[in-house]
Parts: sequence; C-alpha cells; structure tokens
Amino acid sequence: MRVASLAKLTIGALVIGLLAPAAGDLSGQAPAAQLMLLSREGRRTLPLAVLDGQDMVALDDLASVFQLAVREVAGALTVSYRGRTVVLTPDQTIASVAGRLISLPAAPSRVGGRWMVPVEFIGRGLAPIYDTRLDLRRASRLLVIGELRVPRVVIRHEPLGTSVQLAIDATPPAASTVVQVGTDRLTIRFDADAIDVTFPSFQPQGFVQALGAIDPVTIGVDLGPRFASYRAAAETIDDTARLVLDVLGPPSAAAGAEMTTGEPARFDFPRSGQPGRALRTLAIDAGHGGDEVGARGEAGTLEKDVTLAAARRLRAAVETRLGLRVVMTREDDRTVPLIDRTAIANNNKADLLLSLHANASFRRNASGAVAYVVEFDQSSEPAEVRVPERVPVFGGGFRDIEIVPWYLAQAAHRGRSEEFAHLVVRRLQGRVRLGPRPVDRAPLRVLESANMPAVLLEMGYLSNEDQERQLASGDFQNTIVQSLVDALVTFRDAGRASGGEGR
Amino acid sequence: MTVRRAGGLVLVMAAVAALVPTAWLTFPGWFPAQSVSPQGGPEAESDGRRIKARLFYVSEDGTRLTVVERDVAYADNVEDQAREIISAQIAPAIEPHVSAVPPGARLRALFVTPGGEAFVDMSAEMAAAHPGGSLNELLTIYTIVNALTVNLPSVTAVQVLIDGKEVDTLAGHVDLRSPLARNLAWLQDTESAATNPESQLSVRHPDQNTRNP
Repeated sequence: MRVASLAKLTIGALVIGLLAPAAGDLSGQAPAAQLMLLSREGRRTLPLAVLDGQDMVALDDLASVFQLAVREVAGALTVSYRGRTVVLTPDQTIASVAGRLISLPAAPSRVGGRWMVPVEFIGRGLAPIYDTRLDLRRASRLLVIGELRVPRVVIRHEPLGTSVQLAIDATPPAASTVVQVGTDRLTIRFDADAIDVTFPSFQPQGFVQALGAIDPVTIGVDLGPRFASYRAAAETIDDTARLVLDVLGPPSAAAGAEMTTGEPARFDFPRSGQPGRALRTLAIDAGHGGDEVGARGEAGTLEKDVTLAAARRLRAAVETRLGLRVVMTREDDRTVPLIDRTAIANNNKADLLLSLHANASFRRNASGAVAYVVEFDQSSEPAEVRVPERVPVFGGGFRDIEIVPWYLAQAAHRGRSEEFAHLVVRRLQGRVRLGPRPVDRAPLRVLESANMPAVLLEMGYLSNEDQERQLASGDFQNTIVQSLVDALVTFRDAGRASGGEGR
Repeated sequence: MTVRRAGGLVLVMAAVAALVPTAWLTFPGWFPAQSVSPQGGPEAESDGRRIKARLFYVSEDGTRLTVVERDVAYADNVEDQAREIISAQIAPAIEPHVSAVPPGARLRALFVTPGGEAFVDMSAEMAAAHPGGSLNELLTIYTIVNALTVNLPSVTAVQVLIDGKEVDTLAGHVDLRSPLARNLAWLQDTESAATNPESQLSVRHPDQNTRNP
C-alpha cells in the first residue's frame, strides 16, 4: 500500500530516472520516450523517436524551444543561433559547428516530413553555439538548461541480515538532510534544484519496503515492520557526496522479528552461524616482501612494494579515523612465511584479516580488483570443523573446549569473510575497476588458518600497463584505502547491530 | 665432545636406515616405478594410436581457462597416459592460445596412487619462472589439476610437486600441501560446464577401469 502511495507522488525529472532503463530495453519500438528539459523557468518535455536504438529529436522542436533558424540549402541543413551556425548533411554523421567538425552517433534523417537528429546533437552541436549552458544527461534523458544544480544520485541497497544499508551518492556533491516522518517513512532532501536519480531494484525485506521520489529534490524511504531506528553518516569523496543510511532493527529482537513477521528472512550473505564480533583489531597483511617480490609490472613495479605502501596507508587511515588497533604482518621489506602471517593475526586475536596483493595475468588485458575468500578443496573439506572436547580444569570440574584444526580454522568464518568481501567490492564499485568476478573463492594458504573473517584483496593487475601505473600511484592507493575504510565501517556497524559487542 | 657427536650421528643414521624400508613398504605408490622421460617410453607404446584430450589455456580475457581439444598419444595405462597428457599440456602453446604453465617447466616424474591421487613432479622452473599473482598461480595449478582430472576420471585429485619436493605454494598464494580436486569454476564457461561436466569434459581412457577401479 505504501508502495502505491509513493508511486503516485513520483514526478518530474525523477520519473525520467526511473523509466530510463525500461525505455532503453524498448529501443527500436514505440516512440513513447521523452526528453525532460529542466531550466529556471520550469520543466517541459520534448518527444523522442527511437530509431535503431538511437534517441532522435525533431529539429523543428529544438528550433522552437531554443529559437533556432533552420534552413535547407543545397542538400545541407543549417541551424543558426545568433550568427553562429551548425551545418548538417543528411546521411552524414559529421557536422560542422561554427567551422569545427564534430561526429554524431547517427545521421540526420527525415521521418514523416520532419528532420530528426540524434539527441547528442544538443550536447555536441547546439551547446557550443548556444549562450546558455546545456547539460545533456543521455542515460536519464534529461537536459539541464542553465546553471542549475542537478546532481546525479545513485542509490545502492545492501541487506545485511539484521539491518539494511543505503549508500546514496550525489555527484557533484550536494548536501542532504534525513528526516523521519512518522514511523513508516524517512525522507532525504537534497540541497539542489533537482536530482537525477537512479533507484535500485530490490526485494523488500522488512526494513526498507520501497524507494521513490516525493518531490524533485526529495527521496522517500518507506520503512517496514522490522524498522526500529536509523543512523546516517555523510562524507565527501572527491566529487561525490556519499550519505550512508543504516536502517536498523531492534538489536535483541532482530532474530525474533524474522520469526514473527512471517516473511522469510533474506540474507544477501551466507552466515557462519557465529554471532558478529565487535571489530577492534584489524590485521593487515602486506603481501610478499624481501626475496619474494611477487608479481612484477612491465615498468618494474614490484608487488611487494605496492602492497606495503597500500598497507601503510590503510593502517594510518584505520588508526586515525576508526580508532581500531592495527596489527601488521610486516612493516618493512622483509620475507615473512605465509604461516607466520596468519599466526600474527591469530596470536593478536585480530577480528579481521585483510591481505593486500596485486594481481598478474598471462594476458595483459586482464584488469580489475578481486576480493578472494577461502575455498577448501573438496578433498580436505571438513564434515565437522569443531570438535568439542572435555578437559579437566584446575580446582576441579571440567570444561568443554573446541578443537579447531589449524589448517581449517577459516572454515568457521567463511560466511562473515564473504560478507566482508562483498562489502569491499561494493565500496570499490564505481571508484576503481573491478574484475569480471569481483568476489571469488580460492584455496589460498594465507587465509586457510585464519581464525577470524579473512579476505585477500587483489587491488589490480600489474601485468596491465594502465593498472601498473595506477597501482604505483598514491591517488589510486588512497582510493582503495578509502573504500576499505568505508567497508570496515559498515562491517563494524553490522557486527554491533547483530549484538557482537562482547567477545 | 667429538665422541658424543659421532655417537649421536650413528644413532640418527641407524634410525634413518631403519625407517627407509618402512617408508617404502608403507607408501609404495609414492615412488615412481621407473624414472620418467616424458618424450620417451609411452610414445613408443602408442603405436601411432591417439586419443582426444581436453587441454587448458588462458581465456581471452585473461581471467579463466578455456578448453582446447587435442590429439595425444595413446598409452595403455593411466600413469603413462597421464604423462602424455601433461607433456602435451606443458608444451609451448600454439598461437593464439596462451599457456598458464611457465616456459621451461618440465615434467620430472608422475605417479598415480591406487586411490586416484596423481602426483605431478615439475622442474624448478615451474616456480622460478612463474610470473606471480594469485590469478596466474590459480590458472597454472588448475591447468595441471584439470588436465588430469578431466581427461582421466580415475584421477580424482592432483598434487603438484616442485623438483621432487612438496611445496607450500608455487608463488605465495595457492595451498599445494595436499592434492587438489578438479575445479571447473576456473573454466570460462562455468555455467554450461557446471551443469554437465562429465558429458562435456570427460575423456574416458580405455584402460582406466582395469588400472584404477
């Protein structure tokens, strides 16, 4: 019901954002598409025709909106605005704009007695000769006329079992305010003239039932029966303002709520069954070192140097910004056996192990980050990892202890490891290139004996020329570190929400 | 002092001497029956007969393995057939294929236990010439593991040895301390392979049942 009421409120530019993907699928069929024009004077629409998958707009429509003079002279089309002219040639994808050549994705064509031009003509042909800024948002079929602040807003929805996290990115940055309206809605109002928003598709899970637009600058979040409270945190990274909105259930009743609502509990991540522990100590493993240089880039970049540099940056960020205790498996250029790396994490009772690496492929085109979690080979897969054993205690009596085989310690933490790997990938998404399978499983030695959630992150490929340059740069490393810090914040908060404060 | 050390040495040698035959009796399958020359014996036994084997090369996007069918000399037992397959697999790849086995890596020895575990002993170049990176290492290892487990269903798992010794990893990532089972997740088209791996990928060796029931 709330979904319907929200849908009715959905208007304006936001409709464009919602309909864009669907309209894209229908390319080549009905010309029902529209281009939304947004200016200080208000908003209006221009009909679009979709020809062979290409959005086309009628030249006479553009002429009437932008006061253009269109003439057909000697087989050419001239479009003039205050003495500046664009010359288009039918069946040609090249046009001359005030004497400079530009290319268009399709040639002008005559449909039903009207000249149609690709919508890109507005950005490439018209904008250079027009005296007001024209910002064409091709994907959302939006044209912003003049100096309006219309940030692109991308929303990601992450179910975390006992909470849901919405990551809302506004580019260019726009401040936002979150307000709770009654018990069943949150509103997020942006300080902008309008927003160009993309909503995620997701299954309602009792926390967030629906997302929609309330007015041109406000997003509504319809809350479900499992909602108890929310937490919002904002930060600006480069040219994007990110609002992280956690929609939380009651901590102690979280498990019970799943039983009483009658809805099947939805988890994006498989869980090991072990309650989330508070995140207090992070073990950072800088891959390779000393004689073991790891992968080597064409320009001479060594994996061991990249991993150490990134590990140092991450330690600084985590210690200062999250206040966590950090344990490093190596702090300088030295050889550390794999078994010692895991032992350092175990002996320091780390709550999470993050091993940093740089990848390499036999083919140079491979690129993108990959987060690996452990995979036990089926021949060594434990049927029952934990074997309780009763031992006598000093002073009399007995105590049950769990014997975990050293080489299988990670088996009990696979669920949370996978959860963290997905978080890392989601935070990296849109910031750095991701591999085709960004979360993967492999029998990796450094992870197998870790008695805590553990992830090995391959930050990029040294075998790829572009990526080698990136991996060696401070900017790229900082981007990775920022994404990891964001993922750690979510992971820590999810641990708290699931009642993992104590150990 | 010297006398005590010498006495200790004698004791250790005696213990080793006592253990060697025990080990031989306990793990007979761990010792190759004869020294192996990949280009030698089995070729002669094949009488020109050949089988179709699935070999593995790096996919175009560089992140998985692709399957290529090749003729490989026939051998009349699983161990020799395994040597033929590995020899074909580690031979330099023909363009446009790219091999995930480092150049210069040779097969030193290969033996299969009655339980279906194959031990593939590769020369030191396998590790020394390896370019590193988790992905490369996974591709190298699963090239060898899949080449045997996919083509010879009686081989259930494969352990790669380097220069005659068990190793922790090849280049610092993949655990090689125990045999690894076939893993089709490293093939490019995993969906179709996963739905029916046997029909798609298995080549049945004519002699497998008599050799390794």
